Amino acid sequence: MNVHEFQAKALLRQYGVAVPEGRLATTPAEAEDAARALGAKVAVVKAQVHAGGRGKGGGIKLAKSPAEAREVASQILGMTLRTHQTGPDGKLVRKVYVEAGSEIARELYVAVLLDRAVEKFAVIASTEGGMDIEEVAAKTPERILTVHVDPNVGLQAFQARQLGFGLGLDGRQVAKFETLLQGLYRLYVEKDATLAEVNPLVVTKSGEIFALDCKLNFDDNALWRHPDVAALHDPDEEEERERVAKELDLAYVGLDGDIGCMVNGAGLAMATLDMIQVCGGSPANFLDAGGGADKEKVKEAFKLILRDPKVKAILVNIFGGIVRCDLIAEGVVAAAADLGVKVPLVVRLQGTNATQGREILEKSGLDITPAETLREAGSKAVAAAKGAH
Amino acid sequence: MSILCDRNTKLLVQGFGKMGQFHAKLSIEYGTKVVGAVAPGKGGTRVEGVPLFDTVREAKQATGANASVIFVPPPGAADAILEAADADLDLAVCITEGIPVIDMARARAALRGSKTRLLGPNCPGVVTPGQCRIGIMPAQITRPGSVGVVSRSGTLTYEAVDQLSRLGIGQSSCVGIGGDPVIGTHFVDALALFEADPETKAVVMIGEIGGSAEETAAEFIRKHVTKPVVAFIAGQNAPAGKRMGHAGAIIAGGKGRASDKIAALERAGVAVSISPAEMGETLAKRVPGLSG
Repeated sequence: MNVHEFQAKALLRQYGVAVPEGRLATTPAEAEDAARALGAKVAVVKAQVHAGGRGKGGGIKLAKSPAEAREVASQILGMTLRTHQTGPDGKLVRKVYVEAGSEIARELYVAVLLDRAVEKFAVIASTEGGMDIEEVAAKTPERILTVHVDPNVGLQAFQARQLGFGLGLDGRQVAKFETLLQGLYRLYVEKDATLAEVNPLVVTKSGEIFALDCKLNFDDNALWRHPDVAALHDPDEEEERERVAKELDLAYVGLDGDIGCMVNGAGLAMATLDMIQVCGGSPANFLDAGGGADKEKVKEAFKLILRDPKVKAILVNIFGGIVRCDLIAEGVVAAAADLGVKVPLVVRLQGTNATQGREILEKSGLDITPAETLREAGSKAVAAAKGAH
Repeated sequence: MSILCDRNTKLLVQGFGKMGQFHAKLSIEYGTKVVGAVAPGKGGTRVEGVPLFDTVREAKQATGANASVIFVPPPGAADAILEAADADLDLAVCITEGIPVIDMARARAALRGSKTRLLGPNCPGVVTPGQCRIGIMPAQITRPGSVGVVSRSGTLTYEAVDQLSRLGIGQSSCVGIGGDPVIGTHFVDALALFEADPETKAVVMIGEIGGSAEETAAEFIRKHVTKPVVAFIAGQNAPAGKRMGHAGAIIAGGKGRASDKIAALERAGVAVSISPAEMGETLAKRVPGLSG
């Protein structure tokens, strides 16, 4: 789960990580009040959407007076911000964060994340703050410093010092850096983050160090033990169908094609998309109905697939292990009958109770095309979608 | 022969709820020796003919169990894994989906140096056809033989096994390693076991987008695996930045793409099937005479 910058900064503050003073505003008048209350020479008005690259997209502006803060906030609020991370549709800006401007001497980078290759946490630092870190890693890997942290031992002071001196900070600054890094690490672990990134980490002309921007991602599987984090969820930031899918506990990703897919298991769901492409078609979505798929869930999954007007055929591909094919078949029949599915339906059932499932489909009298193998399922679905043109 | 489990495996079930009981029953019907279940507070009783114990240690002592399958829900799953390791079982297979990454990172670090091999979590388990079923795989689609199957995905494992069995190609063992970011047994571990198993003549490896486990496996194959390997990588058409169901299946920062994984495997001499429908046929072409 992602959160907004202002929410992330509130969490950083809670963990003793220095951040600039700031206030949230949802109207230009509120932005003006916020700038006045901050009393800084320069205020920065920042669009709050879940995407990077906001500055380049025109979502971050400077204001030299409260009146100017009002003026730039009126430009940003309500705009559709397009960045390399928002997709072509962009994101509507509903709120801005007004922050005190700072005198920047250096921009650095730090992040805590899991390094899957070594199965330890990694703390990454770089002198190239404010840049796209993936680009830095690709072009100048020598400017990226990494220490690995044993999850059962935690971040050690010497590791923070290694990074701090490696970044060229002086002794006094390294002490501050260490405090900041320990706070960031504790936040990552205690709140079950999957990424805690500060970019840029700023050193001011007076030698202060603080987080100018940050990004926090949280482990969806751990939200049950962090109601405070779960409460930060902003449904406005999610694509409608993906939001509905999440409520139904289905994994759904919208794609550009015309064949709706319902599959059990992420690997088979991906392979089904690959199969459709190999057969010359194009999938409309990824949908993993999961291990708990039953009649109701199948029906809801159908509703979700049919919300996409591009869908010209639906392919159901179930290989039952935990999932029982007879329950899936009941769901398919119920969905087809109750929802009045008008597009062609190709159904492949294999594994647990597949024979019973196929019988249910056959007896239903509905116009369902059965398929035995994965290849047959793919080619029949592609033919059905083409026939429906 | 086989890897991980065989007809002598004595299995415990940790987490004996509805799902644990259902799959224990299927495993028993398949011929697996399910010797007990761990249900704290219910020790001394029986459910479905299976004796219950309060702790794994006690269950091991009473039954001689050497493996365990874990169905414990996410909040207690890492604890269950560590309890299995504490009892020095040879194998702990964790089926549970949705364990917080930090719990697994800690458990994994704690397991270093332990005697217990962890398979999973979020995996379908392992089947040695005709001998032993641990986990949730539909064992009826398997067939005894000499091809090792290893996969990050559950249902895609079934698909691969089904294709092999339909071609008359049997399997030595079918192993699902799971799709989470932190897992106990990696491709390289399973490949090493298959390489050492005299019954296994070839390996089918099924990877997916995200992480770099397939690239690491390719390097391992190039250096250490003499048996023929056939592979498929799921998610060739997945968009970047979107998590495709599995917590680990995401193309991030230009890394974890299917094309890079396929290229790495081909460089290591692996025959990669581009179509998911041709995993079995690719193997049959590469290694004639496996069916029978």
